[in-house]
Amino acid sequence: MPNLRQIVPAFLLLTLAGCGSEVLAPGGDVAAKTRDVLGITTALILVIILPVMVAIVWFAIRYRAGSKQAEAEYDPSFHHSVQLELLIWAAPLVIIIWLGALTWVSTHKLDPYRPLDSETRGVSEGAAPLVVQVVSMDWKWLFIYPEYGIATVNDLAAPLDRPIRFELTSTEVMNAFYVPTLAGMIYTMPGMQTQLHAVINEAGDYKGMSSHYSGAGFSGMHFPFHGYSQADFDAWIEKARNSGQVLDRDAFRELLKPSENEPAAFYALADEALYHDILNRCVEPNQICMDAMMTAEHSARMGHAAVDFGAPTAAMVAAFSAANGIDMTLAANLMSDLCIPPEPAGKTAADELHWGEGGAVRVSAEAAPAALTTN
Amino acid sequence: MEQHAIESTFLFGRLTLEKLPLHVPIVLGTFIVVAIIGLAILVAITYFKLWGYLWREWLTSVDHKRIGIMYMILGLIMFLRGFADAVMMRLQQVWAFNGSEGYLPAEHYDQIFTAHGTIMIFFVAMPFVTGLMNFVVPLQIGARDVSFPFLNNFSFWMTVGGAILVMISLFVGEFARTGWLAFPPLSGVVASPDEGVDYYIWGLQVAGIGTTLSGINLVVTILKMRCPGMILMRMPVFTWTALCTNVLIVATFPVLTATLVLLSLDRYLGMNFFTNELGGNPMLYINLIWIWGHPEVYILVLPCFGIYSEVVSTFCGKRLFGYNSMVYATICITILSYLVWLHHFFTMGSGASVNSFFGIATMIISIPTGAKIFNWLFTMYKGRIRYELPMMWSLAFMLTFVIGGMTGVMLAVPPADFIVHNSLFLVAHFHNVIIGGVVYGIFAGINYWWPKAFGFRMNQFWGYVSFWCWVVGFWLAFMPLYVMGLMGVTRRLRVFDDPSLQIWFVIAGLGAAVIAVGILALILQILTSIRDREKLRDLTGDPWDGRTLEWATSSPPPAYNFAFTPVVHEIDAWQDMKEHGYKRPLTGFKPIHMPKNTGAGIILAGISVALGFALVWHIWWLAALSFPAIIATVIWHSFDYERDFYIPETTITETEEARTKALSNAV
Amino acid sequence: MSAEILTEPTGERLYHPAEEPHFPEGHSTPLGFWIYLMSDCLIFAILFATYGVLGHRYGGGPGPKELFELPLVALNTTMLLISSITYGFAMLHMHQGDQKGTLRWLGITACFGLAFLCIELYEFTHLIGIGAGPGRSAFLSAFFTLVGTHGLHVTFGLIWLAVMVVQVRKFGLTIANQRRLNCLSLFWHFLDVIWIGVFTFVYLMGMI
Repeated sequence: MPNLRQIVPAFLLLTLAGCGSEVLAPGGDVAAKTRDVLGITTALILVIILPVMVAIVWFAIRYRAGSKQAEAEYDPSFHHSVQLELLIWAAPLVIIIWLGALTWVSTHKLDPYRPLDSETRGVSEGAAPLVVQVVSMDWKWLFIYPEYGIATVNDLAAPLDRPIRFELTSTEVMNAFYVPTLAGMIYTMPGMQTQLHAVINEAGDYKGMSSHYSGAGFSGMHFPFHGYSQADFDAWIEKARNSGQVLDRDAFRELLKPSENEPAAFYALADEALYHDILNRCVEPNQICMDAMMTAEHSARMGHAAVDFGAPTAAMVAAFSAANGIDMTLAANLMSDLCIPPEPAGKTAADELHWGEGGAVRVSAEAAPAALTTN
Repeated sequence: MEQHAIESTFLFGRLTLEKLPLHVPIVLGTFIVVAIIGLAILVAITYFKLWGYLWREWLTSVDHKRIGIMYMILGLIMFLRGFADAVMMRLQQVWAFNGSEGYLPAEHYDQIFTAHGTIMIFFVAMPFVTGLMNFVVPLQIGARDVSFPFLNNFSFWMTVGGAILVMISLFVGEFARTGWLAFPPLSGVVASPDEGVDYYIWGLQVAGIGTTLSGINLVVTILKMRCPGMILMRMPVFTWTALCTNVLIVATFPVLTATLVLLSLDRYLGMNFFTNELGGNPMLYINLIWIWGHPEVYILVLPCFGIYSEVVSTFCGKRLFGYNSMVYATICITILSYLVWLHHFFTMGSGASVNSFFGIATMIISIPTGAKIFNWLFTMYKGRIRYELPMMWSLAFMLTFVIGGMTGVMLAVPPADFIVHNSLFLVAHFHNVIIGGVVYGIFAGINYWWPKAFGFRMNQFWGYVSFWCWVVGFWLAFMPLYVMGLMGVTRRLRVFDDPSLQIWFVIAGLGAAVIAVGILALILQILTSIRDREKLRDLTGDPWDGRTLEWATSSPPPAYNFAFTPVVHEIDAWQDMKEHGYKRPLTGFKPIHMPKNTGAGIILAGISVALGFALVWHIWWLAALSFPAIIATVIWHSFDYERDFYIPETTITETEEARTKALSNAV
Repeated sequence: MSAEILTEPTGERLYHPAEEPHFPEGHSTPLGFWIYLMSDCLIFAILFATYGVLGHRYGGGPGPKELFELPLVALNTTMLLISSITYGFAMLHMHQGDQKGTLRWLGITACFGLAFLCIELYEFTHLIGIGAGPGRSAFLSAFFTLVGTHGLHVTFGLIWLAVMVVQVRKFGLTIANQRRLNCLSLFWHFLDVIWIGVFTFVYLMGMI
């Protein structure tokens, strides 16, 4: 339906013209394609909804008590008709088959985990994506650009027509990362990593926000997203590098303190392992990384070295005291005598498909708790 | 995550004077008003010496009709609270522009939207729906009561107990600030160390037990208590939807109970189900709670579909078109509702195939739902439609609900959901289906069955005012939300920085004001109906020319419902009886076996509230006393073997002769 | 109950039965209790599912192989299974109207149930003592909650059993008491079935 594809978005656009909707008039191709899906869906459902609404009103007027038709046509025995009943089941079914096909195809094509290919506007085959590591915190966003060695708080930028791969996690509570002009939203969850692929095609300053409620400072968790030409983007990177601020563990600890309506800040990145350690919940030196812990467990399960769960009573005390509001991470700290070297997070094909556990050691697809984590 | 231990004393646990909101003027003002109204009611009851009457005839009653009415009263009271929350949110969102923080600080605003959602679902929609089912179902199946009358009373009081706990949180301490489903880690002990989430947990647990038991009760009632001849495929559609709803309740509320138990174990005993540490997985909670949460939507809407079916067929003067289709559609929805929970979090990043599966499963639900709409449509076809209030609500429902259905299917397509999830579009969608589907259905039901419950019709003028205010107010209030959702505005925001949005919020606020007038009109409708009851009196027991068995008896029905159990030969049994010149028997009455009233239900629920309160505030001595007290009360109650009695023949003869006289006057 | 029976020979429809249908008190209790058990079963289903998801997340702590002592659990299982058999004997005596025999077997059932609980409590205190308490890891939280919920059910079953003993002694094997003993019987066997799930899914599979 090439005509539908153009008419419907155009119709939606007209309705909201002047509202400046970045959802319906996005500057990136992924968001535009997503918007088209929304439009086609709407059109398909309207095919059945509109006649029904007309019929409701028509019958409601035509058969009102006292009207000529109601008196003439009144037929209390009309309560069953095989043909009609087949029709009323078949009509929605046909629409749903169409919609189902659309859903299957579009969900796979627009899967946020799927790297962009040359079908996407502006993206050339084999273009290396810009990796942005995103961390939602109480109540601000930390963006890390490992390729450029910079980090920012509440300020995001990308060069035009270069595919972007976001890798997202969170420190304590769940949020959702949403830049309407780029692509749909995706959750950020502590100890887990999600991914999002997108591209920006039109230069401009856009809105970005958290779209999942996360506590008191939630309303202030928004940030500008800049679509820059390569030159502007380079200048922006330089600005961050030369900001004079450095993001290391101490600066990160400072950021961990809850704050609201945080202004944009720029850092040179001094700590390459920071994102890995945030994701694996081992920012503090005495914490064991989740990926290391899981490797150990895995090998223990496979019948290798027995795990030493020493100092257990202390761990118990810590866990229980947590209920009364004492440092929760103590429990993990007490496991520091577990001596297994942390392994770098392996980015395998499974990563692309699997939302859970982030860079931590992967549970193979079969072993994953399929029923509930629905992998 | 450094945290400070919360001070606790032996006598009062964590409860201190500072926990009373003496420094928050809004809450204090509310408290004073509520206290004055409460006191006035207590004084009035004492002055008119109504305590004994209330206790004997209502609070301890095991009569399904009275329990049903009490559910409706509970729903109405909590509706006012839930709506007040809605108005406060609308006001804040109109206010908080251009650098203004509005009038609500975050800790207050966040409680309000949490309380609004929790109260509207658990303590408004659920009691309303349960109340109607309780009142109507035994009458429709020609039974004298439910299968377990004491359990029914107990379930009701547990629901009240949950509501009381939530209401206490308004004045003692605070409610959860987590959103109505309390997702961890936000609801965990690290991010929410205070009592708010505990109020949420125990309020829902206490009410949830009541709901589960009432679900079991109604399923058994419908399966075992039907009168002779009423095979399943002759049951009124409302009874069918009630059966499916209660099956869903039994099949899902235990999931909620278990999930909340796990959350409370995390919070109280330092376990690690949903924490970020030591292997906990918060996403498990989100899956579990939605396994309950999605069917819950159908628990609310299915009985309303039943109400519309009864109303449309009655006021069109025709048997429902496609009865079998309707029944199978209901069963389809019941089963499918269990298979779609993941569509509430496509954005968690499950794989594309998983998302597609749940998206398509969701769309499939729209097939039976669409079939239902067509069935109502063709019931109107060749009908003779009388536009009484219940029919008007049904028509408004049909026109509103299809729009909600459309936006629902839009949200069911995962890529589309990615751009409107968690936005005001979503908020508009579920209000569209819940107001358009559930609230309108409840109003249709109230207007329809009110004459049956009380023996007089409702005032029409205020009914019309309420109707039009709701219909107009609804579109005013929620169309702007659809628009803003498509502009990328997120839900649960407290402050806005884009001034162009303000106009939309102003329109939405106006809509809320119009709805407020609609609610006021509803209350006036109830009050004027009671005032003019003699004028509105219906002596026939069948004011609408009804078709199902509840209209075969007097209004209000006697305690025993039917002097003689009816026999059913067709769908729409009462219509069939009327068509065949049914004559009411006037002699030969026999004593009727009925259950006795008991105070055990209200006592048990009262102790449960004490237990909940003790657990919320960590008052361990009270918890240690009240939990054994509950068990002791149950045991004490189990020693009461004489739970029934016979209504003597003379009483029945008197009642029935009075009805004979009334009927001859009515003609 | 077909409509034909209720039509008079003349073809006229009868709208009231010649004899009122009688619903004696408790006639729907067995069905109601079954449905309750199914809803309880669902709670266990959620706990099993939770264990399935979290059961391998040890949080750096001990796993099942380090913790479980199969012989002890086997003994435990035996206790519960025997208590089910003895409850069966109690029911046989009940059907014969033998109040003394019923009470005797109920007492024996209670002893086995109590033994089960004591062994479970011993296991729990032992685990907590070596630092493998419920807060130690997600696996242990799920383990303690699943097994503990079952244990809690057994505890309530025992309280119920004690109440039944008193009631049978006081009022005899009345119809009401027989109904209650039937329900308790369903409950008790239900717990057995759940335990077999726990034993297989948690203990045996944990040792693989």
